[in-house]
Amino acid sequence: MGETTGDSRAAGHHAGPNAIEVRGLRRHFGRQEVLRGVDIDFPRGQITTIVGPSGCGKTVFLKHLNLLLRPDSGQITIEGIDLTKLSGRALDEVREKFGMLFQGGALFDSLTVFDNVAFPLVEKTRLGRVEIAQRVREMLAAVSLVGMEEKYPSELSGGMQKRVALARALIHRPGILMLDEPTTGLDPTRIGSIHALVRRTQKRFGLTAVLVSHDVPAVFEISDRIAFMHEGRMQLSGTVAEITAAHDETFERFLAGKAAEEEESPAAAG
Amino acid sequence: MTAVASIERLGALILDGIESLGNFFLFLFAALFYAVTPPFKLRLTIRQIRIIGAESSFLILLIGGFTGMVLGLQGYNTLRRFESEGALGTVVALTLVRELGPVLTALMIAARAGSAMAAEIGSMQATEQIDALTVMAINPIQYLVSPRVLAGLISFPLLTAIFDVVGILGGYVIGVNLMGAPGSSYLNGIANNLVAHDIVTGIYKSVVFGLVVMWVCCYKGYHAERMATGVSRATTEAVVLSSVLILVWDYFLTSILL
Repeated sequence: MGETTGDSRAAGHHAGPNAIEVRGLRRHFGRQEVLRGVDIDFPRGQITTIVGPSGCGKTVFLKHLNLLLRPDSGQITIEGIDLTKLSGRALDEVREKFGMLFQGGALFDSLTVFDNVAFPLVEKTRLGRVEIAQRVREMLAAVSLVGMEEKYPSELSGGMQKRVALARALIHRPGILMLDEPTTGLDPTRIGSIHALVRRTQKRFGLTAVLVSHDVPAVFEISDRIAFMHEGRMQLSGTVAEITAAHDETFERFLAGKAAEEEESPAAAG
Repeated sequence: MTAVASIERLGALILDGIESLGNFFLFLFAALFYAVTPPFKLRLTIRQIRIIGAESSFLILLIGGFTGMVLGLQGYNTLRRFESEGALGTVVALTLVRELGPVLTALMIAARAGSAMAAEIGSMQATEQIDALTVMAINPIQYLVSPRVLAGLISFPLLTAIFDVVGILGGYVIGVNLMGAPGSSYLNGIANNLVAHDIVTGIYKSVVFGLVVMWVCCYKGYHAERMATGVSRATTEAVVLSSVLILVWDYFLTSILL
């Protein structure tokens, strides 16, 4: 798997301020148009969090960024390359710049923690067994899971599974990390620790992170930028201060709704 | 207006059907293409041969043995009416090698390994494990489907051969040892009347059934809806469709190869 060094991550081949630029992204499923012309930039080396009501298209949008889903129209540009024009090996090469943490972890049930984390290296690189083992141990240490190598995903708690999935997403040293609701299904005490871990690893590896989350407003603490998605479009985007200052009525209603949800069910919040 | 809407619905249904059929065949072409395209997944193919083949062998021994025993019993009683007990070996061997061996083996493997395969791939789809492979730039068809199809092509003829041999022995035990048919004519009948064409016919059938079962079961699992009921539905459809296709193909293959 193509690896990106720290230096080249910082500079990039096209050293513009944005790691990813999305223009006019549209996608429909059947008669429902889920993405209705999404425009957004993801600045290099920052965490951009996408928030919005359930069903607004956050996860669908995220899955378009590495072309797990193909748009009907629009552009997704990474280092000057429009992803939507790529297929086959060229697309695979760009995909290797991404790491992705799925909502449920998506760990391979039949493999141990060690084999799950080592999987991208075993399958996509020519690294030797010793080097792979060393890299896996380092990555497991980074997510505080030393000693868990021989366990299977079913033997781990939800939070631990997310940590393993994060380690697997980062093992090939991608420049861009995508996280789809990383705290879903976790109890409130674990949410903070996963957020802190995401921030710590993002800073440590200098990643550009795109995070889809419903942990509002807790997730604001670790986000450099927030994008508010509503009815298939990015209605607002900017720093936390900027979008709060915008006094957008829909966004304020969304925040108030979230606050009401948390009051009704504090244990289930998030 | 209603008539137009009905025609539109019918047209949409037909188009959906054609699209599904196209996807079904493209899925097979992709699986075969990636089976012969590097990087080869030898380790995964061997693992699948173990799961489909080695782990099914006891079941095949059991089913093959009892099928041969029933054939021995029924064959002896029928042939005795015509005073032709000496033909028992030929009847049992030809029935097994040309027909029952490939068909029953394929049906048993579809039920045992095919269902498990559809459920496993379906659950990988439901839990985004297949998406995870794609994100890692690993082709899921090449990683999950091609090794299974290859393993099916290798395992089915071998399991069918085991079924045939055990079935013939089962027929001997019941027909000769229990019922009293002449043992020498049982074996000589097989040696004289079972020709290479019969064996090749059985092998052809088992290879085609291997392909059909793996294709259908992998396809159904791969396209399972991303929910628990989707996985169970995919598993049921995989077994039912493979079984139906085995019997339909058996008729056509028999017509061609007779």
